[in-house]
Amino acid sequence: MSLQPALSAKAIPAARRRSLASLLSGAQGPLIGLVLLCVVFALTTNVFLTLRNALNVVDQVTTLGILALGMTGVIIIGGIDLSVGSILALSIMVLGWLPQQYGVPFPLALLLCILTGGLCGIVNGLLVTRARLPAFIATLTMMSVARGLANITTDGQQVVGYPDWFTALATERHLGILSATVGLFVALSLGAWVFLRYRATGRSLYAIGGSAEVARLAGIPVRKLTVAVYAASGLLAGVAAAVMAARLDSSQPSAGLGYELDAIAAVVIGGASLSGGIGSIAGTVVGVFIIGVLHNGLNLVGISPFIQQVVIGVVIAVAVTFDTLRRKA
Amino acid sequence: MARLSLRGITKSYGAVTVLHGIDLDVRDGELVALLGENGAGKSTLSSIVSGLTPPDSGTMSWEGAPYAPASPGDAIRHGLGLIHQEMRLLPDLSIAENVFVGRLPMRNGAIDRAFMNRRAGEHLRALGLDVSPSRPVRGLSVAAQQQVEIAKALTLGARLLILDEPTAALGLAETQQLFAQIRRLKAEGVSFIYVSHRLEEIAQIADRVVVLRDGHLVATHDTAQVPVSTLLRDMVGRAIDRIFPEMRPPSDRAVIRIEGLTSAAGAFRDIGFSVRAGEVFGIAGIVGAGRTELVRAIAGADPVASGTITLDGDALRLGRPDEAIRRGIVLVPEDRKGQGVVLDHSIADNLALGNADRLSRRGWLLPETVTAFASGLVQRLGVKGRPEQSARSLSGGNQQKVVIARWVARNPRVFILDEPTRGIDMGARAAIYDVIAALAADGMAVIVVSSDLEEVLGLAHTVMVLARGRQMGVLPRDAASNVRVMELATA
Repeated sequence: MSLQPALSAKAIPAARRRSLASLLSGAQGPLIGLVLLCVVFALTTNVFLTLRNALNVVDQVTTLGILALGMTGVIIIGGIDLSVGSILALSIMVLGWLPQQYGVPFPLALLLCILTGGLCGIVNGLLVTRARLPAFIATLTMMSVARGLANITTDGQQVVGYPDWFTALATERHLGILSATVGLFVALSLGAWVFLRYRATGRSLYAIGGSAEVARLAGIPVRKLTVAVYAASGLLAGVAAAVMAARLDSSQPSAGLGYELDAIAAVVIGGASLSGGIGSIAGTVVGVFIIGVLHNGLNLVGISPFIQQVVIGVVIAVAVTFDTLRRKA
Repeated sequence: MARLSLRGITKSYGAVTVLHGIDLDVRDGELVALLGENGAGKSTLSSIVSGLTPPDSGTMSWEGAPYAPASPGDAIRHGLGLIHQEMRLLPDLSIAENVFVGRLPMRNGAIDRAFMNRRAGEHLRALGLDVSPSRPVRGLSVAAQQQVEIAKALTLGARLLILDEPTAALGLAETQQLFAQIRRLKAEGVSFIYVSHRLEEIAQIADRVVVLRDGHLVATHDTAQVPVSTLLRDMVGRAIDRIFPEMRPPSDRAVIRIEGLTSAAGAFRDIGFSVRAGEVFGIAGIVGAGRTELVRAIAGADPVASGTITLDGDALRLGRPDEAIRRGIVLVPEDRKGQGVVLDHSIADNLALGNADRLSRRGWLLPETVTAFASGLVQRLGVKGRPEQSARSLSGGNQQKVVIARWVARNPRVFILDEPTRGIDMGARAAIYDVIAALAADGMAVIVVSSDLEEVLGLAHTVMVLARGRQMGVLPRDAASNVRVMELATA
């Protein structure tokens, strides 16, 4: 018997046929939930099923959606990032404060806003890989530090007024549908989806989350990739900050408060496992829309924000319970 | 009267019978040494006596009355103490709290620390350990922790102590101290079952010696004054009918040469050997000899303090698994579930792991490429499973084949397998032996670590023996009898 390998790349035709259905692989359960929600709100309100409202929902979820993309990577490698809400705040303050205080040209401030997020993410990654802090603690400290820094910039004051071309990115709907910021979210989602599904590096993230030791022994640069994933999460928080600034035409140091938990919830509703190794962008996007549609629909029905919090909590519990049971079955 | 009697104790796990009708008596104040190779059934016997596992059949009696412990707690109430090889102490609690854990003395609704510390102190002093009972266990030497364990068992009223490899982590002086205490306790009527690999200790401490082999009690010596060679023959026995594949002679070309390799963590020192193309190089030794640490260091998984590895004449960068893999050194690790496969991922993903560089084109790794690659390997190595099935759903033998298949696909130069058949049934074993023979026939240098002596001798062209991190000898197959290897391994 010879075991000499013959690396044949003979593709199985069935695999090709499956690839269309697998676009949503792992996200079917959450998708059914989302559809059910839409049906319920369509039946109980007149406004829900209008293009205008649909675009509203999409507009409202972009910031959370962009954060959740980064969070998906972090959760897939078995980590957690509690700092994205605070990083968003610091980045958004950098964007408002630098031009106002030091006359930094706005495009440069925009670049620095995004890079600030990336820098915070790198620090998170180094705390996890070099200082060997548990991800929970590392990002908890960053959550506190970044929020503090955000307040320090303007002593807690908000900054108002951005260039018109910038706010137009969020408000002007091209072809009546797509604002630039929504387009950015769509592009980033597609990019992340392709990366996690079809890039060797993306596949490695799943291995790291499945078992960091197995991955390391298989020659995957676990530490390098871990830093990169946290850096990407921070960078996306910086991008989300810019999107939020354009939408609101202002910067507040209290921006993004609690967003990290919404982002984690979206990823988990989307079928990811907090113990790592499982998760998908398709699931996360569905999770983001479940949260967005819930907020929107409950508002339309006229349910108070307090009750909304209760409902969302229950939805997360139900979604994750179903998912756990389905996996066991 | 016997303190503990076993009659016809039998235990099976699935189709494998690990204990066949064991009869054993332990008298008052007696130390019975229990010998046997890894897997002979010693641990199972200890678990049955200490209430961790019930026997399938057979009876036990304790001081004349029927004894069938329902739980470890039940066994402790009867007067049995099990001192594990790895300590089971709570490192951040004080010594006294560890001694009294689960039954802290109370007074007026509060823990009576004064009483607890006094009682623990008395016991520790009696055992010759002079430390404050209120200090935390963390930071105590292994020998001291062992004494805390013994003190704990004694305050629980133990009259039979099972010591599992108690000297494995002790130096010579500490061993002698332990023996002095054992003798004192024996004089007070405490009985012992003493599990050890170190044959030279037995003569010093044992009253009687029993030997287990493949779950059978094969010898009982009523004195400890038994020649070591006799004990070795008892332990190793005649070759059991195992079928090993025909091995072709190796070439003369050395593929990998290791010189002066010393572990950064102190697990092994100054190891040097070379493995030729087509050679199966076996590494034998008892648990804790440093075998796993050595092969992990060769595969770049653990850091190395000094030494060199050359591969076809070129030096290898040490301590980097990715570098070792790139250069053609692969490791099938001992801990299959923890280090070999990602249990919740598919067979296909597990096979692609470590092969991404070959399967991807400009960084693109397409699912259909992975599936096709996996189907081919699954077929080639006879893995009983479909590529999309999760690794968790496979038997141990098939999981092992997945790990082997992953590396076979790379056509490496050095193939290292650490305990390749541990916990694997006989059928899958034979298949793995065939794979090992085929790897060697393909001209790879194959390194096999195994605690199963038959396996090492059945497969290897050359056998290296390690003991306590030192290289005890490199023997060609003709010179490597099982008795000779065990002599070196237990020296």
